[in-house]
Amino acid sequence: MKITVKDVEHVALLARLDLTEQDKEKYTQSLNAILEYMEKLNQIDTSNVEPTAHVLPLKNVFREDKLHRTMDKELVLANAPEEEDGCFKVPRIV
Amino acid sequence: MSAQYEVVIGLEVHAELKTDTKIFCSCPTEFGGEENTHVCPVCLGLPGVLPVLNKKVLEYAVRAGLALNCEIASFSKFDRKNYFYPDLPKAYQISQYDLPICKKGYLEIEVNGRKKTIGITRVHMEEDAGKLVHGGATIATSRYSLVDYNRTGVPLIEIVSEPDMRSAEEARAYMEKLKAILEYTGVSDVRMEQGSLRCDANISLRPMGAKEFGTKTEIKNLNSFRALQKAIEYEIERQRDILEEGGKIIQETRSWDEGKGVTVSLRSKEEAHDYRYFPDPDLVPVVIDPQWVQEIRDSLPELPDAKRERLVQEMGLSEYDAGIITGSRALADFFDQVVAEYNEPKTVANWIMGEFLRLLNANNLEVAESKVKPRSLAALLKAQAEGTISGKMAKTVFEEMFETGKEPETIIKEKGMVQISDEGALAAVVEKVIAANPQSVEDYKAGKEKAIGFLVGQVMKETKGQANPGLVNKLLKDKLG
Amino acid sequence: MDLYKKTAHELSSLLQKREVSSEELTRSVLDRINKVEEKVKAFVTVTGEQALEQAREIDEKRARGEAMSPLAGIPMAMKDNICTKGVTTTCASKILYNFVPPYNATVTEKLLEAGTILLGKCNMDEFAMGSSNENSGFFPTRNPHDLSAVPGGSSGGAAAAVAADEAVFTLGSDTGGSIRQPAAFCGVVGLKPTYGYVPRYGLIAYASSLDQIGPLTKDITDCALVLNVIAGHDPKDSTSAPVEVPDFTRYLVDDVKGLKIGIPKEYMGEGIDPRIAAYLKQAAAKLEELGAVCEEVSLPHTEYALPAYYIIASAEASSNLARYDGVRYGLRVEAEDVISMFCKTRSQGFGEEVKRRIMLGTYALSSGYYDAYYLKALKVRTLIKRDFDQAFLKYDCLLTPTSPTTAFKFGEKVNDPLAMYLSDVCTIPINLAGVPGLSLPFGTVEGLPVGIQFIGKPFGEGTLLRVGYALEQNTDLTKPKAQMEGVI
Repeated sequence: MKITVKDVEHVALLARLDLTEQDKEKYTQSLNAILEYMEKLNQIDTSNVEPTAHVLPLKNVFREDKLHRTMDKELVLANAPEEEDGCFKVPRIV
Repeated sequence: MSAQYEVVIGLEVHAELKTDTKIFCSCPTEFGGEENTHVCPVCLGLPGVLPVLNKKVLEYAVRAGLALNCEIASFSKFDRKNYFYPDLPKAYQISQYDLPICKKGYLEIEVNGRKKTIGITRVHMEEDAGKLVHGGATIATSRYSLVDYNRTGVPLIEIVSEPDMRSAEEARAYMEKLKAILEYTGVSDVRMEQGSLRCDANISLRPMGAKEFGTKTEIKNLNSFRALQKAIEYEIERQRDILEEGGKIIQETRSWDEGKGVTVSLRSKEEAHDYRYFPDPDLVPVVIDPQWVQEIRDSLPELPDAKRERLVQEMGLSEYDAGIITGSRALADFFDQVVAEYNEPKTVANWIMGEFLRLLNANNLEVAESKVKPRSLAALLKAQAEGTISGKMAKTVFEEMFETGKEPETIIKEKGMVQISDEGALAAVVEKVIAANPQSVEDYKAGKEKAIGFLVGQVMKETKGQANPGLVNKLLKDKLG
Repeated sequence: MDLYKKTAHELSSLLQKREVSSEELTRSVLDRINKVEEKVKAFVTVTGEQALEQAREIDEKRARGEAMSPLAGIPMAMKDNICTKGVTTTCASKILYNFVPPYNATVTEKLLEAGTILLGKCNMDEFAMGSSNENSGFFPTRNPHDLSAVPGGSSGGAAAAVAADEAVFTLGSDTGGSIRQPAAFCGVVGLKPTYGYVPRYGLIAYASSLDQIGPLTKDITDCALVLNVIAGHDPKDSTSAPVEVPDFTRYLVDDVKGLKIGIPKEYMGEGIDPRIAAYLKQAAAKLEELGAVCEEVSLPHTEYALPAYYIIASAEASSNLARYDGVRYGLRVEAEDVISMFCKTRSQGFGEEVKRRIMLGTYALSSGYYDAYYLKALKVRTLIKRDFDQAFLKYDCLLTPTSPTTAFKFGEKVNDPLAMYLSDVCTIPINLAGVPGLSLPFGTVEGLPVGIQFIGKPFGEGTLLRVGYALEQNTDLTKPKAQMEGVI
């Protein structure tokens, strides 16, 4: 599977990245090299193998429905690039 | 000549669960509150934080699933739904993708006297997003928006129906039944106006008899039954017009403009939608113990359909009255509690359907907000039955009970409203009225039955309305032969 | 008395006997930082004043006779992807250049509770993606043994700080070798614990199913002492193992008699510097001499670990790093509308390698490719884990090189991502299997340290410490520091 500049553009859009024309070329090249290396995985038959998403056999980890202290308001907005009226401010949506 | 189309509707309903804390952190779920005060590092999605599942959320999801006749999955997991939006702090929503907690359920609706089963594809758990407040009048005209993350992480269940509905009425009936069931199980506040119950509708048309579905549109965020019905009706007409003119439906998301009564396209930029679901590596699977499911099943209350059946069969209510009363758990519980103290179901139903609902609606109150408690209504009805007060008085007393929350006995006493049912006390007044109204007496004796009404009225006037009208009537007739 | 050179356990006894104060010790280490930091550049942030204040508090507590943990008063540093309340935590990324966490990571809490002194935050490859520290968004850290060589990565700053005596110990994080490879390159001890043993809460995620925090120390005893503090169940981390944690110092015994050690042949072949292979054989011979049994073993799916790792890690990263959007914290590049703001912020905030992995991961998860890449990689992960399960039926631990080479020069691999990825070939399978791995210094090649890696059963850290301790007691090859004099 060769990926094209068009694929890179699509992926960049999904990942919310702006790429220059030069970036696009560069990433197309390096991603192709990496993906080619990944092809190695097709050498093994995994049709009867279960996927492993977790290495530990953990299940049913819960917390009780109990309230804890929320954050101090100054701390909530302390890192905000822009704020107004106790809210995080963002430029127009559409 | 217009072709006949069949309407196909499926609903996706989001219900907020009534837990104390959020799905993956210990912040309050409470509605309202100053902006960004119900938050912590976890629901703000700060770098490095991790989610831990609130057990109550799982319990409520299972409870709702059982009430909706679903199969409960023995193995379930959480997935990430990846997309960027300023109200989504992690840029992914923790949801369930291929292994939802509940699937293959159904509920029953009734429209125009015809019963119909609507399939439920699945019920899954997920987290809510935050809230955007736009700087201008609408999202489109705003130069900026403000984000409040108080709602972020509030637990939701998403209930996805099969595309089984064929009209706006059916969709509305489904939504009403779903709301009632969720309310009965106690898992959600189901307040559409506060957004704790929200609905998206998928609508398509196809030629009668066709097997293939037509192209569908999705109408987002219908936040009242009225909006749901009107929006669907509008959308059906819109699609029909397009199809009849030989046009094509565009698959898109639309919103309902309540003011203009139209649906409008929400399509903005040409955008790739690819949520890239994958198992959330920060959470572990949920493995359900069948015994726990049984415990939850055993703890389910009587659900609306069963209750309605019981009200009709055992209490002799009409289908209509039973339907209204069981349409909300709060109302049904109220009814049950009044009947427990005053075992005249029909009278109780009449009062609830009449005065009680009338005053609630007039004052825009929920049953739970009513100052009249079931026990007090029962006491009032007893007083009326025993003849202590008249039916007319009872209504006056009830209005005051509704307003002040006072007990009926107190109001009756304060107003000196006790009905005079003492024959001796009334006989004197009757004598006096007969003496003072010879013309009416004559009329009555001459066969004008109506004249007795005037005389009763005079007695009531003399006693300031406290005389027992039945007794007055009897005394008058006795005296006048 | 060059206090800064000493190990934590040496200092602990001096502090307990009140022969030195924590303030004195902290000053000594801060002076050392002042002296060598210009060359090494191991730190992104140094919190000198706060450290001294903390040290004085500890001294006061000790003076009052309060109970003290063995590490109380010891100055340490943390990789800059571990959250520290009130202290800037950047992940060495421009996108988080100004982020001040309002909360502590669980390990930070534990270390502060134990009375350790936070000196500052260590440099790293941006978001822990890299094997040389050349991907730091700020500046590269240099190897204290040779300033023209990389310190390894991604915990390069944390490893270099310990090697250059700029901290008594540090915490790093290891997703595919990020503690062990720099530990090997810098000649210090580095441990990646069993997945789930050390809480991840507050560790800024790279790849959640692989990330694990662990210590970088001057010797094995210190490693055990630090592990004692940081390991243990955390209710804030759903993937934290609900297991009892032993006192790891009880494994510090000079005895490996009867221990069965497997040497996987797949880690000894092509691509491994023969001089490193030779040291490995020497280590095996030493262990046999001490009574252990060393045998060749096979882990047949080893060659598939690297591609599987890069798919899984990149996929998780593409999602974990999506939250850096300029709305709530960190860098924001202003733009007319929100989508442009997201795109500009992320493009300018992330470095080249981070963007490459985000794109690789996004691609691997995207519609139509999920099964071919992501699902396939998860299945291969199962096979790799099975290899280890099999081997551990017979062996108590495994022995491999930590890295195929010693520290390479700056610029040598930075333009060839694949070549850079291959430098983690010996460490990556361990993360995929979730088992613990310990890198121990063992000799030098041309003045640069060599690391050997012991791999244990899940929660088998004790065995790794025991083997490492025995080697430390019986050969000076485990102490490569002498070679460093004169460089810095």
